Amino acid sequence: MSLKIEASPRTSPAPERDATETATRRRRKRILLSGCTTLAAFLLVVLFLMPLGYGVVSALKDKDSVSDPNSSILPVAAEVFEYDGEEYDVYAVPMPDGEVRELALVEKSRESSVFIDPADPDAGPIEWDGRWRSLEPVTGFAPQWGNFVEAWNTLDFPRMFGWTLFYALTTMVGSVVSSALVAYGFARFRFPFRGALFALLLATILLPPAVTLVPKYAVFLQMGWVGTYLPLIVPHFFANAFNVFLLRQYFLTIPKELEEAARIDGAGPIRTFLRVIVPQSIPALTAVSLFHFFYAWNDFFEPMLYLGGNRDLAPIGVGLSYFSGLYSTEPHLVMAATLLALALPLTIFFAAQRVFVRGIVISGVDK
Amino acid sequence: MSDFTEAIREARRERRAPKRPASPMQRREARWGYAFISPWLIGFVLFSMLPILASLVFSTLDFQLTAPEEAAFVGASNWERALSDPDTWTSLLVTLRFSILFLPLSLIFALGLALLLNSAHLKATNLFRVLFYAPSMVPLVAGIIIWQQVLNPQTGWVNRLIELTGVQATGTGGLRWFDNPVLVLFAFSFIGLWGVGGTMLVNLAGLQSIPTELYEAASLDGAGWWRRLRSVTLPLLSPVMFFNLVIGSVGILQYFVVPWVLFGDSGHPDGASRFLLIHFYQQAFAFGNMGYGAALAWFIFIVVAALTAVLFGTARYWVHYGSERP
Repeated sequence: MSLKIEASPRTSPAPERDATETATRRRRKRILLSGCTTLAAFLLVVLFLMPLGYGVVSALKDKDSVSDPNSSILPVAAEVFEYDGEEYDVYAVPMPDGEVRELALVEKSRESSVFIDPADPDAGPIEWDGRWRSLEPVTGFAPQWGNFVEAWNTLDFPRMFGWTLFYALTTMVGSVVSSALVAYGFARFRFPFRGALFALLLATILLPPAVTLVPKYAVFLQMGWVGTYLPLIVPHFFANAFNVFLLRQYFLTIPKELEEAARIDGAGPIRTFLRVIVPQSIPALTAVSLFHFFYAWNDFFEPMLYLGGNRDLAPIGVGLSYFSGLYSTEPHLVMAATLLALALPLTIFFAAQRVFVRGIVISGVDK
Repeated sequence: MSDFTEAIREARRERRAPKRPASPMQRREARWGYAFISPWLIGFVLFSMLPILASLVFSTLDFQLTAPEEAAFVGASNWERALSDPDTWTSLLVTLRFSILFLPLSLIFALGLALLLNSAHLKATNLFRVLFYAPSMVPLVAGIIIWQQVLNPQTGWVNRLIELTGVQATGTGGLRWFDNPVLVLFAFSFIGLWGVGGTMLVNLAGLQSIPTELYEAASLDGAGWWRRLRSVTLPLLSPVMFFNLVIGSVGILQYFVVPWVLFGDSGHPDGASRFLLIHFYQQAFAFGNMGYGAALAWFIFIVVAALTAVLFGTARYWVHYGSERP
């Protein structure tokens, strides 16, 4: 297009030239707008994700610099040089010729000290006149990867991961299977009070869990379930209102002809459900499963309540809150543990982000 | 999410359908229907209906967790105590005060983000969507701990960033996010806004379902960006906004995990973290007053129900259910 403008300004009649000029102006305006929008979004996302960056940086610092208000932003440590089996601090030393050299201090004394050049130790000791205390220590980028190992071992992460995975996966299976059955019942069968029952199901989404908590806790305590995973897992096998709602919306979009064909072939409702509905609904079932998995991974209140004092069983969220309380003087370890806890969900999310976005679309906003 | 309210209307319509005697085939279909929904039906009775009623019974008992055999009927005294307990009213006030700050903030932020991510001018849309959603994937406790350190008065980046602008933020006279009863509401809000991804995606899906012809028609009529937003986008998005408002209000009345992880049931600073559910949890489970706890739980239930009713009542004045929807 720009070629045409360059080639024809003189020959083209006036109105056409105006048209091409407006087009260029419009195009320029569009580029400017899109540049500004993208830049604004970029700045906003940097600000929004800043805490994550802070987390990564803090988790890699050592104990002293993480609690030092004046420490540098990146994890750094004073550089040392090993010479003859001893460690010496490295300082920035202004030499008489005006050059500043990074030298290891091997012999301290008040008015003059002896240094060694780490780059060329064989050159021998360098005598320097001046007070070594006035020198600036040289620091270098020094991420403390060991923090992760220490946090991993102190918190007994494998056990916590194990319990969290166990809880998330069993309740995911229970919730998705039962919700799919219920959703199919509401989507395809006509029975008395169906509308009222479905409205009741939706209303339970708004029901505050507190109002059922006291008697449930008392009964579970009587049954000896408190302190085990049973009160957390069993209720999930009785369908979840939100999952039922999402799956029903999806089932309604499946053409009825498919089921009728199966029925003519002699399949009963259960076989029709398994052979026709389930294979047709894999994307919706995947999305609902993922949503549930993350819900369970995040769940805090009920595990805290029902597992009670049984800290050996604590899933990640509960364990992390204990750890952060106990180790508040070691923020670098708490942060390393925190990053370990969010690594798995964030990885799954980045890997499966398509399913997520589709999951929201399935949820019936966009029919 | 407009389908949510539509489903309820549909349910109402069905209830009004005339009754006809059922044929054997219809009865068979009904039996299968009940069979399929039975997991929910049984679960509803066991884990919702009976416990709600039991809660009401519990609220009339003096029932200590440590001595269940000594439970005794005390009539309405738990209720009288709930309504005269200053902590009940403080916690209700604390909860309402935070919702007045946070609900508009989060709804507007989620809408703004969705508009930005839906903008035709934005490049790398998908990347931005994923990045803005990512913090919602951070487990809540992990997010709380991260923010606790980012907002640390001395070492946190927020105060150090503010200090770059010349305002004194660190030090003794600085911004102590977790020790000041007003600032702590903003700390709660930051943590909450980090999890705004779900609401944002719901808005985004709502925006994408608005037919583009409407925008084209509005543009032809000479409507600018602001006019199109007010006359096309917002009315057509109002069912989605209504859904977000209802879910958000009901959720915020049950705000618990953030204040609990940060302050336990201490109410620090100065009672600002004594939310309704913290008060309930402290009484029912920390002190073991199950009878009094049940009365408080019913109190919360009534507040939630009343608020939901009010919200649904206002819906007709501002929520558009366009009949032109296909």
